[in-house]
Amino acid sequence: MAFATKRLGKELKKLHESLPPGIELVSAEDFQDWLLDIRVLDANPLYLNQTYRLKFKFSAQYPIEPPEVVFVNTKDRPIPMHPHIYSNGIICLDLLGSQGWTPIQNVESICMSLQSMLTGNSKNERPEGDQQFVANNRRRPRDIDFYYHDNTV
Amino acid sequence: MDSDEDFGMSSEEDVLEDSENDNESADGTDFGIDEPEPDLGYTQKEQVKKEKKTFDTTFKVYHPDDIQAQQDDLIDEVNMILDIRKEDAAILLRHFRWNKERLIEDYMDRPRKVLEDAGLGPSTTGPPKLEVIRGFMCDICCEDEPGLQSFAMKCGHRYCADCYRQYLNQKIKEEGEAARIQCPQDGCKRILDAKSLDLLVTSELQNRYHELLTRTYVEDKEQLKWCPAPDCQNAIECGIKKKDLDRVVPTVACDCKHRFCFGCGLADHQPAPCDLVKKWLKKCADDSETANWISANTKECPKCNSTIEKNGGCNHMTCRKCKHEFCWMCMGLWSEHGTSWYNCNRFEEKSGSEARDAQAKSRVSLERYLHYYNRYANHEQSAKLDKDIFTKTEKKMISLQTASGMSWIEVQYLNSASHALQTCRQTLKWTYAFAFYLKRVNLTEMFEDNQKDLEMAVEALSEMFEKPVDELANPKLKVEIMDKTSYCNKRRVILLADTADNLANGAWEWSNGH
Repeated sequence: MAFATKRLGKELKKLHESLPPGIELVSAEDFQDWLLDIRVLDANPLYLNQTYRLKFKFSAQYPIEPPEVVFVNTKDRPIPMHPHIYSNGIICLDLLGSQGWTPIQNVESICMSLQSMLTGNSKNERPEGDQQFVANNRRRPRDIDFYYHDNTV
Repeated sequence: MDSDEDFGMSSEEDVLEDSENDNESADGTDFGIDEPEPDLGYTQKEQVKKEKKTFDTTFKVYHPDDIQAQQDDLIDEVNMILDIRKEDAAILLRHFRWNKERLIEDYMDRPRKVLEDAGLGPSTTGPPKLEVIRGFMCDICCEDEPGLQSFAMKCGHRYCADCYRQYLNQKIKEEGEAARIQCPQDGCKRILDAKSLDLLVTSELQNRYHELLTRTYVEDKEQLKWCPAPDCQNAIECGIKKKDLDRVVPTVACDCKHRFCFGCGLADHQPAPCDLVKKWLKKCADDSETANWISANTKECPKCNSTIEKNGGCNHMTCRKCKHEFCWMCMGLWSEHGTSWYNCNRFEEKSGSEARDAQAKSRVSLERYLHYYNRYANHEQSAKLDKDIFTKTEKKMISLQTASGMSWIEVQYLNSASHALQTCRQTLKWTYAFAFYLKRVNLTEMFEDNQKDLEMAVEALSEMFEKPVDELANPKLKVEIMDKTSYCNKRRVILLADTADNLANGAWEWSNGH
């Protein structure tokens, strides 16, 4: 774990010092699970006045391996509506899979990517087959082979 | 016994004289350009030498050493012509999917762009090395202690040696990447060359890396394929292209004895073309067990043909789909049943018999499928017993030698018979899938006659073959078995030649199996 710990320690220190607008650190008690809140900064009506909660899960191989990142649903934190976000919070984004991930990415850059993913979206819909996927999926997000077929949203 | 010759696929000697040409095309001259139709082996010379069948495919088997040598030759050539480092030549060749001509042409035109695209960027000379840089912090692990060993390719993106090792370990071991591992920097397209890898990774990982690199050579080339047999490391070269697959069934035979289709990699499925095989296997996976059950346990609604299972209750059925009300027993209208609700005795009534006729019709397509499936499965089952038969044959041959005093060479006819049985059953199996999708035309009858002849011959041979040893020693039976073996092989060749010719001419008409 030493490998990931060192890097996460540095990241955490930096997050405590300064954070980009619309990103807030909620909890980082250990180097395995972190919670962060993100907001969309422009006036996109889909996400106006909403805050969304992200859960990061790091493996010992982080940052060689990507972290597992999902939206979590709490009382005042819904799952954002997006054609690449399933209603159980699982996100289909290439940079979170081993193909798109590079160890240069970090927690902050992931949050910013997700912010811009939401900002750029105008479709008020879930991915195709959301119901079925949510009902049947037992796999962890990183083991799912998403098709990153549509890069327009 | 020359029967082995009759149905053996092209052996090494068949294709040796083509090897010069093959090597040309192996270099990739045909990249993006359609080659003339593949020569199926009907050159004058070969006809004189040995009659080649239309269903034979020309191919060549390469062993791991050959594959390595081919790559080395190409790398050497490019290294000499373009005067670049061997590592760079290898990267460029992989980038161009081993199309040497296109690489050289493009490089002559725009060397800078070619290098850039392949991840070789503007270059400075000197071998890759680990360096200690003052004040360096690794962006991956955030380590910044003095004396930290770091590495950067020519793109200048520098990380500590540890992180680089971890990164490569992940890529090579977990993701199976080799030829196109990029710099860890986001968006940097530079590809790690072999020299840099040698510097960074453990020897255990290097072996895996080189293995994967060799694999990409075969995987990148359309005319090369790995032999799919377990533990076989050979590759097969064959000129049959994807677009030819509706006209030929390119069965090839590896030196490891495995016979498979070059088109789809499945075990030999002549005479059925790849597309049909795929459809059939999918249908069988979806249908066969289900279909049997449906046939036994359900009936179709007389009005809308929905399949209905009666899982209890009375005979008064109301179709969930179309709301049609009928009697499960006689399939007649429920409204005509009056009071005999729980004990239908109306079998002869008109509405009922009409419904049963319709029902029978809809069963026909299912039964048709089951007809072909059962025969297909039967031959498959027998094919699975091939191994048993073979070991049994060997035992038989030994006991026959002791019992009758025959010499080794004199009992080889049993081996030939066993071999013929196996090959013919494999062919027969696929004739049933083939027939399932065949439209009924005049040609179909000829095909079915051929199929019947082969099947009868195979069953007869199979029966003789299973006779006890003391009977086998009878010279009369031996002659009969030898005759039958050669007859089976001949029938198989006739069937395959006929179907292959018609396939090549586009003469078969297909149905969707109903």
